[in-house]
Amino acid sequence: MMLEFDFEKNADKIKELKKMIEEKKDMKGALIPVLHDAQGIFGYIPKEVQVIISEGLNKPIAEIYGVVTFYSQFTLIPKGKYNIGVCMGTACYVKDSQKILNQIIKELGIDVGETTKDGLFSLEATRCIGACGLAPVIMVNEDVYAKFDASEVAEMLEKYK
Amino acid sequence: MDGIKSYVLICGGANCTSAHKDEIVKKMKGKIKEVGLKTEVQVLPKGCFGLCEEGPIFVVYPEGVFYSHVQASDINEIVVEHLLNGRIVDRLLYKGIVGKNIVTSLNDSKIYKKQTRIVLKNCGVINPENIDEYIAYDGYMALGKVLTEMTSEEVVEVIRKSGLRGRGGGGFPTGLKWSFAAKAEGKQKYVLCNADEGDPGAFMDRSVLEGDPHSVIEAMAIAGYAIGGSQGYIYIRAEYPLAIKRLEIAIEQAREYGLLGENIFDSGFNFDVELRLGAGAFICGEETALIASIEGERGMPRNKPPFPAIKGLWGMPTILNNVETYANISQIILKGVDWFRSIGTEKSPGTKVFALGGKISNTGLVEIPIGTKLREIIFDIGGGIPNGKEFKAVQTGGPSGGCITSDHLDVEIDYETLIELGSMMGSGGMIVMDEDNCMVDIARFFLDFTVDESCGKCTPCREGTKRMLEILEKITTGNGEAEDLVKLERLAYVIKDTSLCGLGQTAPNPVLSTLKYYEDEYKAHVFENRCPAGYCHELIQYFVADDCKGCSKCVSVCPVGAISGVIKQQHTIDDDKCIKCGECLEICPFDIIIKK
Repeated sequence: MMLEFDFEKNADKIKELKKMIEEKKDMKGALIPVLHDAQGIFGYIPKEVQVIISEGLNKPIAEIYGVVTFYSQFTLIPKGKYNIGVCMGTACYVKDSQKILNQIIKELGIDVGETTKDGLFSLEATRCIGACGLAPVIMVNEDVYAKFDASEVAEMLEKYK
Repeated sequence: MDGIKSYVLICGGANCTSAHKDEIVKKMKGKIKEVGLKTEVQVLPKGCFGLCEEGPIFVVYPEGVFYSHVQASDINEIVVEHLLNGRIVDRLLYKGIVGKNIVTSLNDSKIYKKQTRIVLKNCGVINPENIDEYIAYDGYMALGKVLTEMTSEEVVEVIRKSGLRGRGGGGFPTGLKWSFAAKAEGKQKYVLCNADEGDPGAFMDRSVLEGDPHSVIEAMAIAGYAIGGSQGYIYIRAEYPLAIKRLEIAIEQAREYGLLGENIFDSGFNFDVELRLGAGAFICGEETALIASIEGERGMPRNKPPFPAIKGLWGMPTILNNVETYANISQIILKGVDWFRSIGTEKSPGTKVFALGGKISNTGLVEIPIGTKLREIIFDIGGGIPNGKEFKAVQTGGPSGGCITSDHLDVEIDYETLIELGSMMGSGGMIVMDEDNCMVDIARFFLDFTVDESCGKCTPCREGTKRMLEILEKITTGNGEAEDLVKLERLAYVIKDTSLCGLGQTAPNPVLSTLKYYEDEYKAHVFENRCPAGYCHELIQYFVADDCKGCSKCVSVCPVGAISGVIKQQHTIDDDKCIKCGECLEICPFDIIIKK
């Protein structure tokens, strides 16, 4: 999904990011903390934002792009209003989390790492979230669904539509 | 706290809070106020009790009554019956502590009795967001002792003599690591804490950070004093928001109390700690990759030597220990080497925390002396396999480890014994599998993980793991050939021998260990087109057994119309049409449909 980055609409957010860069630019190893800020402010880190960071921290954009794409927490496309994370840690996997993931892919018509056209849902297969006592687990933004079953997917999605 | 008659301790670990506990706490406080007990009952959030399967968990003192699976609808009953009328609510009691009409305390229960809690000693006992409670349990006493009574050399010597080994997986002697960094020259030295707990199925570091964050901060300060460093960094996964919040609070409180900062305990020693957030890369658990990540780069491992103890963060001498390793330090200082060495084995003193998960009755955290038998952990503490299923294997060491079969359940767990079995200690995740889990698919699952997480720096890991995954996918989809098994094994050894870092060197372990112990299963997939566990989709067939009653329920649920038959007569499944969704098997009221 390609989106135009609107500088005017994002003016306040850009200002906020620039403030963060200013605060951190003298800190050792500032790039990743700044990227966390950017991901938090915009919800994703498009090329235009990377350029701002590149200028602010005086680092080549190639290096910034390299770091952004290396770490899975940073994304180049916006996540949906509701980001669904299906835990694919071992404890969840042995309790059939793959079936849950397949069912969500089927219901939403998007693959892992994608966002629905209406921007409502995005889907992630997350690494172990450390809630193995509740396996299998899925998360929708901050909501945790414990001991979840593939048969409950449709009903769960309905709540957010 | 005059007038307080009861304390309600509520588990504030991530497993329990995820199970809608906030709402429960609010409701409980409201009801307590409503019945007029506000001045007599105090509700206290605590760290993880380790019994995650039983959550949300409440313990009521002074009786020590342990309630499990508490729902919002149970709150009124607990408040009115127990807190107001003094009658224990039997139906909510944790089943592991109810004997013949007597309720025993948690510490006497089977699940706790076999444990020795050093690392988890404060988890579930103190409020992790209050430094005073940590101090009341001898917190920061070890730091005080070290700074006022011991030289740096003495501290290193105590840790070395204690025999403590790195709990992150490798088992390198901690004291030795410290002594290298202490001797190294550098104008600044760094103390790092690896809290990038990336092994799927392991959550002990998370529980320590959420339940007892000061124990790590105190130990890092002690390490700083021992090696002559004044700056610490905790590198923590961004996926652990609660742990991050509690660490931030703990660091702030320690600074306020002068336990971090300048001239700690008037000794002239300065030390401070900063948090650095990971960004979702498993490789950053490797020490040199973690250092690269703190420096703001892609987390790619570097060549060793030079080792970080000589040349680490920003080129300076650096020590890096795991959360659980640090959680042992202050108690070794306070209780001494002899005490520590009396627990565990000669070569590996102390305890190890394991995260029990998968097909096991009591999922959760257990801390046991090193050298305990696997059988005791899985069956005595873990309560065995639920639903009457058969134990098949236990996976330890995450993506770097392997599977251990029932033949080896009586092996005493140690760094060395696990390696001999083709697995490893890793960070302590223990995933139990039953007869329904396909071991070839488990190997494929882990390879899928390593392919995704390989940083791409060295060829054997980047390309080799991908080829291994392709072969495993071929086998699990029924396209395997005889030579694939040979290729798989050869490739595994090449990757092991030639990869740059620990990730690549251990990535083939899940394949090698399953090939060794479950060769039959691989062969069944390749030569008989059959998945013995009935897991691999393409290899399963569904049948209707002969005594079908012809109720036609299966016909109505089959999404592809693969089932045919006349009502009240035998039905059949067309295997060419069947997509193996399993709907028919689930709906059949007579259990006539068979999966093979």
